[in-house]
Amino acid sequence: MGKAYRYTLGQRVYRFGGLAELMARATPARSGDRLAGVMARSAEERVVAQMALAEVPLKAFLNEALIPYETDEITRLILDDHQLSPFEPIAHLTVGDFRNWLLSDDATPEVLTDLRPGLTPEMVAAVSKLMRNQDLILVAKKCRVHTAFRSSIGQPGRLSTRLQPNHPTDDVTGIAASILDGLLYGNGDAVIGINPATDNVSQSIRLLNLVNDVIREYAIPTQSCVLTHVTNTLEAIEQGAPVDLVFQSVGGTEATNRSFGVNLSLLNEAQDAALALNRGTVGDNVMYFETGQGSALSAGAHHGLDQQTCEARAYAVARKFEPLLVNTVVGFIGPEYLFDGKEIIRAGLEDHFCGKLLGLPMGCDICYTNHAEADQNDMDNLLTLLGVAGCNFIMGIPGSDDIMLNYQTTSFHDALYVRQVLGLRPAPEFERWLVDMQIIQSGTGSLMEGLPERFVTALKRLPSDGTGVGHG
Amino acid sequence: MAEHKKALPPAVTLNPWRRLRAYTDARIGLGRAGVSLPTSELLAFQLAHAQARDAVHLALDMTTLCEQIEQISGQAPLRLHSQAVDRVTYLQRPDLGRRLDEDSRSRLHAPEASASSPVDLAIVVADGLSSFAVQNNTGPFLAALFSQLDASEEVWSLAPITVVEQARVAVGDEIGDLVNARAVLVLIGERPGLSSPDSLGLYLTWAPQIGRTDAERNCISNIRPAGLDVGEASRRAVYLLQEARRMEISGVSLKDRSETPVLACETGPGNFLTG
Repeated sequence: MGKAYRYTLGQRVYRFGGLAELMARATPARSGDRLAGVMARSAEERVVAQMALAEVPLKAFLNEALIPYETDEITRLILDDHQLSPFEPIAHLTVGDFRNWLLSDDATPEVLTDLRPGLTPEMVAAVSKLMRNQDLILVAKKCRVHTAFRSSIGQPGRLSTRLQPNHPTDDVTGIAASILDGLLYGNGDAVIGINPATDNVSQSIRLLNLVNDVIREYAIPTQSCVLTHVTNTLEAIEQGAPVDLVFQSVGGTEATNRSFGVNLSLLNEAQDAALALNRGTVGDNVMYFETGQGSALSAGAHHGLDQQTCEARAYAVARKFEPLLVNTVVGFIGPEYLFDGKEIIRAGLEDHFCGKLLGLPMGCDICYTNHAEADQNDMDNLLTLLGVAGCNFIMGIPGSDDIMLNYQTTSFHDALYVRQVLGLRPAPEFERWLVDMQIIQSGTGSLMEGLPERFVTALKRLPSDGTGVGHG
Repeated sequence: MAEHKKALPPAVTLNPWRRLRAYTDARIGLGRAGVSLPTSELLAFQLAHAQARDAVHLALDMTTLCEQIEQISGQAPLRLHSQAVDRVTYLQRPDLGRRLDEDSRSRLHAPEASASSPVDLAIVVADGLSSFAVQNNTGPFLAALFSQLDASEEVWSLAPITVVEQARVAVGDEIGDLVNARAVLVLIGERPGLSSPDSLGLYLTWAPQIGRTDAERNCISNIRPAGLDVGEASRRAVYLLQEARRMEISGVSLKDRSETPVLACETGPGNFLTG
């Protein structure tokens, strides 16, 4: 435990037992921190903690590890990879000064890009706790993170989607139907990514082949992914399966990752294996990570840290492997961690900001479960806010209803809504493909009426009554 | 008057691929008003969400369920309760849902529940987030599982079946430990989806004890009439149980290599996009 922090408000002296405790007490209220017993005990204590945190020098985060260096490989990763030279321009600042500087015109997109190797997740998490939602949006908007594989993701004025054609029994016809629906609604430029209902190697290979066949048949400038455990993907690669992206859920502590069955060395091995396949055409970002506040606590692996700080530390793991996509699955974990729409919206904006400032291609699974106090209106709010903030990608799913994972995320229609109101466009390669396929109009980008010729042909392969069982 | 006003063209663009809904419950081919949902689809979604919200709070009918289990297994199950006293507590305190209350623990300490020599398997039925799923699918699944176990060459000694209210998956670790079981299989109601309020999940954990992590479990999901049928689910469960016993492990290092006859699950013509 590091030194205690004190703050005097009138007659009362507040004491915080160390940097981890100070950060937890300064965090905007959420149910997961209440569950962990680390949350501020009063509204006043929270703001006092924020005032004390504002006075902490950024340098303190290099001297006081929140989880011991000796026992946690993520702490070692963060401190060993930190570079002093990019940090130098802000080395004299406190957390409060850092907020002011980030909002200032001095912090241009170029300056923020150069700063990345000098930032630790804890510095970024700390400053986010002092920021209002509009601050999180304004600064994130200045962070440009471009990645590429067969499409270029994250360019200014672009918003991509992961087409998520999940099916409760991994039925090929059902999955193909959802893929078609998504493509015809202009979705799928970030990835066509399936969560398999049956999580084994043979099923993963079968689904990889399915999506790979579709991508090749129509020459779609996008990539496929089956969201199975990294060890399954490694086996699939060994068996010669067409793997574009390696997926893995990651967390911000070594013990969280252990609960996921992964470590840095395994992720490194997976990245090397995918790179060796050399399947990208416009870039070689081959990793797809998912994160989410609450995963560390859920695994009993949070070491007394608040869940947002743990989440920011997960971004240190992600950035080590130059991912194509990092997706914070913000409302999936449930009301024990983010209770309602207000907490989900705040967390989504924090995660996007922290990831972007650290240099990650952040997307967001803007979502909720049926046991959370949230609804479609909350999702509309977060979607619009993240669109304004320059989020790289969101999910696209038929009618917002994931019939396999049993939660609600953004729909194909939602993506078109946010593109329309904010003047955003798909990834450039994918946009050209949509025009060539006569799915959208050149220039306006509006959806065409009717069914493009190539897909008329595809539908003719189905029995005319639409229900019969044909041959594959 | 009326001749001044011309009827507007229909504002909804229909999707000619809507007939693909014969192959999936996904909300495809919804059509659009501009780029947005047509009113009818908007309201259909709102209704489904309202029903799913109601389902989360529906209580398990313990009497009926326990009678059903007794008919199938020949023995009345033990009725247990987690430390989460009610639904609201359960939703906000997963830690309490993972542990048994004192009364339940003492019932498991009773001589008829805990064996001095280890048993092979403890089956735990937990309400989870959908009592509806547990109510409807537990009986058919257990019947299929027992017939699979009877047919297998291996002998499996079973602890008394337990049914736990306001419970999470990890409650099986404590139960498995208390009844001295080599493995625990937890049947639990999964979070209700809009189109699937009745999904049952299975979690297998070898050498159950408090503190096991999710990476140490194997999961079979989406067991319900419109999802994974109980025959296939029980076949996979028995495969995993046998492998777990053979390798003395469960979780990510125990891969499901049951080589599912996937084509048998297919209901449609296959990947029509590539012919």
